[in-house]
Amino acid sequence: MQTTLQFGPILAHLDRLLQGLGETVLLSLASILFGTLIGMLGAVGRAFGPRWLSWLIAAYVELIRNTPLLIQLYFVFFSLPLLGFKLDSNTAAIVALSIHLGAYATEILRAGIEAIPEGQIEAAKALGLSRYRIIRHVVLVPAARAVYPSLSAQFILQIMGTSIVGAIAAEELTAIANNLVMQTFRSFEVYIVIAVIYFVLVQAASLLFAGIGKLMFRWKT
Amino acid sequence: MSLRDFGPNELMFLLLATRWTILLALIAFAGGGLCGLLVAALRVAPARPLRWIAAGYIQFFMGTPILIQLFMAYYGASLLGYRPDPWFAAALTFCLNGGAFFGEIFRGAIEAIPKGQWEAATALGFRFVRTLRLVIVPQAVRLMLPPTVGFMVQIVKTTSVASLIGLTELARAATQVNTVTFQPVMVFGTVSLIYFALCWPLSLYAGHLERRFAAGTTRKVEKPLVMSAA
Repeated sequence: MQTTLQFGPILAHLDRLLQGLGETVLLSLASILFGTLIGMLGAVGRAFGPRWLSWLIAAYVELIRNTPLLIQLYFVFFSLPLLGFKLDSNTAAIVALSIHLGAYATEILRAGIEAIPEGQIEAAKALGLSRYRIIRHVVLVPAARAVYPSLSAQFILQIMGTSIVGAIAAEELTAIANNLVMQTFRSFEVYIVIAVIYFVLVQAASLLFAGIGKLMFRWKT
Repeated sequence: MSLRDFGPNELMFLLLATRWTILLALIAFAGGGLCGLLVAALRVAPARPLRWIAAGYIQFFMGTPILIQLFMAYYGASLLGYRPDPWFAAALTFCLNGGAFFGEIFRGAIEAIPKGQWEAATALGFRFVRTLRLVIVPQAVRLMLPPTVGFMVQIVKTTSVASLIGLTELARAATQVNTVTFQPVMVFGTVSLIYFALCWPLSLYAGHLERRFAAGTTRKVEKPLVMSAA
């Protein structure tokens, strides 16, 4: 029975931990970028598209939001190769994570769009703004500003969600941790270190998102 | 070549594994709910150290991935000299993790109750726990209900992560069936539908509660009465 915690053997592998952290950050950034893009298109399509498109987007959102990310990950990783898309683990992970976040971002941005007073759009029309400019400047940006807190909370959840992509053999922090456990047999200590790294990452990301929000939405209402 | 095709036996296997997903979700909901009540009570307690402890607890469980928490519970048992058990680790983690999220939901509802209610209770000579139990919580329940049901959806989905520490529930059964049939579209499609069937009614109910509650608190502009043909 071992009762003392020893962190030495783990910190000796600091380079691999940092590499894992880098992979996690990359997965998070890529999926947040693509997911938000999907969300913007989805929300605009739902609000302004034809009925069939709006219905289709609603089905996508409901399906993704009511099934686990892990199953979506397995589905993408195992099914896409059958359709002829050869994907490595990390690409499959980014695809699945982006589709996942896309549904949540669609729903969050839709709520923001619905909160835009009708009069704003009418005023923009009266001023002769083009449809594209109305959607961009009068609808999307103010909507994004209104729901930015929920959106960044979702981004944080997304960063923590990347921890499960090791299940499809993708490289990231948790997968590195599992390897280190097999090498050092210091399982509990490894996960303490990993927990601390995630914790710091999440706090840093919260600060970063808050800062980005302040920069992007500087103007007064 | 696959060893077997996806047939009624495989479907049955998946449906039977769903029991464990439901059981784990129920444990998480009950244990997490109780834990959450305690956390919320500590979070609004008069003594500052208690509030700090609760805040730290919430920070840890909301600020690290649940998979890491699961691994810590799983391997922590062996550190203490017990045999690691996926069910014990999963039940413990989901209760503690759920406690943090429920704690925040409950706290939000408790803090939405006007301060005058606390002051009135104090004036009547009620101490903290009695005020909470007899005055605040009964009123806050209405506010708690929609996000609580919403979080149940989250719990059902998150139980799938327990498969990664070797707990055989629906997600793990799915990978097992996929390994022998190698019909991923069929297997994961079916499993998605099972999860969807568990989660969607809860989501709809949460939305319904939210709307019903909103109707009770926000004043609607009355539509002008339609003139009936006189």
